[in-house]
Amino acid sequence: MSVAGRVAIFVGFVALILVLWEAAKVVGGDPWRVDGEVIWDPPLKFSFASDVNLPHVWEVWAAMIAPLNAGTTESLGAYLFWQALYTWREAAIGFALGAAIGVALSVAFVHFGFFERAVSPYVIASQTIPIVALAPMIVFFVGQTMTSVVIIATYLSFFPVTIAMLRGLRSPDPRSLELMRSYAASRRAVLWKLRLPASLPYLFTALKITATASIVGAIVGEGPGGIRYGLGRAILFFSQQYTIAPEKLWSAILVTAALGVIFFGIVRLTELLALRRWPEGFAA
Amino acid sequence: MSESRAPAVVVRLQGVGKTFTLGDGSTVALSDINLDIGRGEFVSLIGPSGCGKSTLLRTIGDLIEPSTGTVQVNAKPAKRARLDREYGMVFQAPVLFDWRTVEENVQLPLELFGQDKTTRARRAGEMLELVGLSDFARHHPYQLSGGMQQRVAIARALAFSPDLLLMDEPFGALDEMTRERMNSELLAIWERTGITVVFVTHSIPEAVFLSSRVAVMSARPGRITHLIDVDLERPRGLATRESPRYFELITAVREALRTGEARADETAMSAERAVAEGGIG
Amino acid sequence: MRRAGGAVRRYSPAIVLFALLIGTWEAGVRALDVRGFILPAPSAIATALLDNWDSGYQIFPAARVTLYEALGGLAMGTSLGLAVAFVISRFPTSRDAILPVAVAVNAIPIIAFAPLANNWFGIQSPISKMAVAASLVFFPIMINTLRGLTQVEPSAIELMRSYAAGDGSVTRHLRIPNALPFFFTGMKIATTLALNGAVVGEYFGGLTVALGRVVVGSASALRFDITWSAIVVVSVMGIALYLAVLAIEQLAIPWHPSVRGEERTT
Repeated sequence: MSVAGRVAIFVGFVALILVLWEAAKVVGGDPWRVDGEVIWDPPLKFSFASDVNLPHVWEVWAAMIAPLNAGTTESLGAYLFWQALYTWREAAIGFALGAAIGVALSVAFVHFGFFERAVSPYVIASQTIPIVALAPMIVFFVGQTMTSVVIIATYLSFFPVTIAMLRGLRSPDPRSLELMRSYAASRRAVLWKLRLPASLPYLFTALKITATASIVGAIVGEGPGGIRYGLGRAILFFSQQYTIAPEKLWSAILVTAALGVIFFGIVRLTELLALRRWPEGFAA
Repeated sequence: MSESRAPAVVVRLQGVGKTFTLGDGSTVALSDINLDIGRGEFVSLIGPSGCGKSTLLRTIGDLIEPSTGTVQVNAKPAKRARLDREYGMVFQAPVLFDWRTVEENVQLPLELFGQDKTTRARRAGEMLELVGLSDFARHHPYQLSGGMQQRVAIARALAFSPDLLLMDEPFGALDEMTRERMNSELLAIWERTGITVVFVTHSIPEAVFLSSRVAVMSARPGRITHLIDVDLERPRGLATRESPRYFELITAVREALRTGEARADETAMSAERAVAEGGIG
Repeated sequence: MRRAGGAVRRYSPAIVLFALLIGTWEAGVRALDVRGFILPAPSAIATALLDNWDSGYQIFPAARVTLYEALGGLAMGTSLGLAVAFVISRFPTSRDAILPVAVAVNAIPIIAFAPLANNWFGIQSPISKMAVAASLVFFPIMINTLRGLTQVEPSAIELMRSYAAGDGSVTRHLRIPNALPFFFTGMKIATTLALNGAVVGEYFGGLTVALGRVVVGSASALRFDITWSAIVVVSVMGIALYLAVLAIEQLAIPWHPSVRGEERTT
């Protein structure tokens, strides 16, 4: 299927969602007004479809192109764009560090059973600590800088990679391992020539999860951390204004989601390139 | 499938050709294949790598569509034959499901065809006995050697008693003794069931030992260059492997392969020359 | 008896490490005597936990509520994730439509989604917390299962075609068993996320008897020993859930190379 075809399908699906969005408001939202006049009063009342919870699609768009606030000419959209870039920098570093740590940990686990038995419970336990509780403490210790945000993003990123790599590094058929032994291959050779290549599909599945996790981590770090820039701050700020201007929060949410999609797309493209020599069906 | 109504010609290939287009080039894998295989025959396809024998086998099995020509199995188009489950196939690799036990693997086609549990279990048991693996019914594939896994694959292919058996170098991974034993076992099954077999192999002795006819193929493009009748007496056993006629036939096949190769080289070289001289193509 | 001995031997390094960490922590706090404010000694945390188990901050009842929300969210998110994975594997064209949207939804940070969920489903209702948990669980389950459903050996598909097996049969007999290891990988990630989601959802409001509220309440009252004891309880629950997944995995896919043999994953 051509690229144009795929894009068309995606756009079609998004359009469908927007239609359903407004349809919900037609059926059960708040009264529709034009210049103060009520032109349509929906028969039912769904609380989630009210103008506060689900603002009209065009109102969100209008807020995006309008100025951020009374004092500037910069549009909301432009402002969010720059904040997104700031957040993405933190997320990308967290992503890379998290992936590196995940791979290193899993390799260490596979080769040193003692290390695995000692440390792996803590790896799992680390993820059970709610990040929202941990973030303010990290910022307290490290300071209100990008570093603390990167730490939090890394924290959320390394776990999926570790888990997936453990599965992947151990996935080769024992017969393949036997073959390597027959070549008197060193553990290092087995790692580079067999285990790591075999774990690539698993790694990329995890990286796709990690891409969005690192963004969430960065935003979670920015918020409680009191960082002055980034989408985290924007979201916190706009959620305080939610009842008067819900469109702003939704705009921020949309930009965050778009950032996630773009990052995911980059990982996916890399996956297609890296796995192109694999049999069909391996790049899911 | 009543015997009296079964067509005498099980496989009919007419003008079968296959061209693969890869990127900006194309390979002619098969060209103008014509072959009739009668009921109960055992036909081997032998040839050098790249001569298209596996492609031909898959064309018969409707796993690949021919670019030209027609394929008929049991007087039906190949696709219909596949949907009617007229043949069983054994690949180079066993392709067993890791998560099923040996007997569950053998039962797979029977499950798909909707047979009930008792019949399935009985059939699977019979098949496993046929290939000598009854003791391993509850094992998992990873616990078996490569040769044993292949025998499970054969048991699976025969489980639903198809009319036609397509085999793609099934014994290629086995050692010589096991291979010879499997050959005899396969012939015993063949004689007992009257099944028609199309057998792809690299091994000249194997082709001669098993077959009623050997189709020698050559590459560039893939076509059948010789059809050699194997007039060795049946049942064939150890004595056959030591008879003079056996060695004569092996030599005949070997010669046929060599001429086929030479001719193919000639064709290729003259084609190159023509291009260089006259700018054709 | 032998099995118990084996288990002890396997986990003893972790236990030893744990003892070392706790010991250092305790000694460190007492010696430095600073930041005991934010980071109390383990002994203080243990005391706070015991004191507030049934009374005071009521950590035990709170844990039950949070667990309930987490499991509910896990169930919801897993069902949705599986459903979408099956749809995409059955209709490959839908992939280009659905996947980007799923990724986008997954990128929405909890900080934004939790207040939204509270608004939509009611701040007091456990459903709003389950929704937050489900939103975190959905993606790992979906993407892992999808890979498992689609990443099948081509020769196995050829085999099924030679049996004239329809799409349904191929899915039932080939894709689903093949997808099980991937599903469990997703579950291992999902269980911790579900708990996290429930706690964070509670952070933003809801019934007082919930671990997230305990964290918020005790932190604002500057009782960090209680905050940490709540965090410890969340952790323990997370580990228990993870071990449960491991146990089920052992039973469900004993044949997979990573589960059988001397090699064992976490």
